[in-house]
Amino acid sequence: MRTTVNQKPLPLQLPELRNLGTVLRILVAVNAFALLAVLAREQRWSAVPSAWLETAALLEPHLLLNLLLLYMLAPWLERLPYRIGVLCILTLVAVVTLTLNATFTKLGLDPFASDPPRHLAFALLSAGVLLFYFHLRAKALSPAISEARLQALQARIRPHFLFNSINAVLSLMRREPRRAETALEDLADLFRVLMRDNRQLAPLADEVELCRQYLDLEKLRLGERLVVEWHTENMPRDAMVPPLVLQPLLENAVYHGIEPSSAPGVIAINIFLRRGEVHAILRNPYQAAGNHHAGNKMAMDNIRERLALHFDAEASLESKMNRESYEVHIRMPYRPAVVAQSEHV
Amino acid sequence: MSDAPLKLLIVDDEAPARRRLRELLDDCASALPLVVVGEAASGREALGLLGSTPADLVLSDIHMPDMDGIELARHLLKLSLPPVLIFTTAYHEHAIAAFEVHAVDYLVKPVRVQRLLTALQKVPRLKPLSGAKLDKLPAAARRFLSVTERSRVVLVPIEDVIYLKAELKYITIRTAEREYLLEESLTKLEEEFGQRFVRVHRNCLVAREAIRGFERHVSAEGDAHWEVLLRGINEALPVSRRQQFIVREIGREDAG
Repeated sequence: MRTTVNQKPLPLQLPELRNLGTVLRILVAVNAFALLAVLAREQRWSAVPSAWLETAALLEPHLLLNLLLLYMLAPWLERLPYRIGVLCILTLVAVVTLTLNATFTKLGLDPFASDPPRHLAFALLSAGVLLFYFHLRAKALSPAISEARLQALQARIRPHFLFNSINAVLSLMRREPRRAETALEDLADLFRVLMRDNRQLAPLADEVELCRQYLDLEKLRLGERLVVEWHTENMPRDAMVPPLVLQPLLENAVYHGIEPSSAPGVIAINIFLRRGEVHAILRNPYQAAGNHHAGNKMAMDNIRERLALHFDAEASLESKMNRESYEVHIRMPYRPAVVAQSEHV
Repeated sequence: MSDAPLKLLIVDDEAPARRRLRELLDDCASALPLVVVGEAASGREALGLLGSTPADLVLSDIHMPDMDGIELARHLLKLSLPPVLIFTTAYHEHAIAAFEVHAVDYLVKPVRVQRLLTALQKVPRLKPLSGAKLDKLPAAARRFLSVTERSRVVLVPIEDVIYLKAELKYITIRTAEREYLLEESLTKLEEEFGQRFVRVHRNCLVAREAIRGFERHVSAEGDAHWEVLLRGINEALPVSRRQQFIVREIGREDAG
């Protein structure tokens, strides 16, 4: 999965059935379909709300049971070829509709005279329209993913950092050739990551290693002024995250928090797993005087966009400014690396 | 002139950058007699050093904490014999574009020894940057005002300034401790520091932070006028009739 020359368009895929964003979209859409149906059926506007409520009462058990089954079957369904996956989902929806209908009728709970063909048509049409919508959405977003890769490259690494680092390496050449070697190797690793295809998720441990190399380079030129505190004891090393999700934020932290001051400043990085979510909290000193915010917003927007592309509503990026410090908090769902995928890494 | 070695000062906040420049200057020394008289990590430190150790040439980074290179260039003009200044920069799109337009000398880091040597050989023919030229460069507001006292440059941090008052030829800078005399224009200072000061009178800017309150005075003839009360010093300044609206404006800010 992590090969660097993978330029093929993303394959057809079912939506992520366990994603909160997908689930919410389905819930809202199906209830909206019901509203449409009611609007078309009722003669008078005043009758619409109660009719919609009645329909929803009938609809919701179907919808929730479907969602629950899809959630349970998601890992299996998502591995199937797209066409077969679609077929399975439609079959599932049909079976659920007919079974529930029969059960309700038997229990005498159906407020309407049961009419299986009509319900079946509504259920299958809704499912079909939604699958089509998710297909279109994936199509619309997939160029965005390759675009995001380009943006990731453009928004990253200030030329200012590159040239200052090369200058710092040059200063080591004559007296400390070995340190110069290490620094150049770090620089090479950094650019290898920057220039590869960054559309696919990568292990968190890799991202953290990259951050360490980046900060080593910064330490080379900033010396005592840069103090780094890592708290990664509870970090899930195998969590899959978008590449370059942390490094650009650290670059901001150095540029805005450390460079404007001649006194030493601390960058604290805290990464941990809590209730199935990966949290990364970065804190740096905030320099009120002589600050420049332009580059900051660009990197944040870029990361926020990539988090949304990969995790939809399940990830977030928030920043807050305290009196003397600036804090960025990233929240992502914990997706451990699949062993089979990482074998050929 | 030509046989005295060129005296140089290196200014950069990054120690490796200073070390690199020193190595390159050593390489140049065989072709051109020179001596590095000192190193500084900020513009402020450089000014301190230059007070006791004069230099012919200052090689200064632009982007530095405490005081950046462009502000350093402004304060250098207050010296009786301002040194020539050449900027060194790794990458600054805006600054470099302006440097090109206004023919300000700069070297790009990493510096090549040949470029450095060429620049050094030009130094005797170069003049210090003029204030007019510096005005055209993109720069943030200064962090210090500078005055010359007994041929030394004295820096007054802008946040220490309580008020600036134009007298006949000079501007008086008032801090909690003392007064300084400055040769600049009040209008330009108002433009540069914008929100920090408020004009209370045609000839006077007061730091917003230093305003303690306002007091109304009625003279024997029945004319009323306002005075602004200051924090840190026991002085009051008259508010002119034209600027009276600030009394309400600032009073409201305090209430809010």
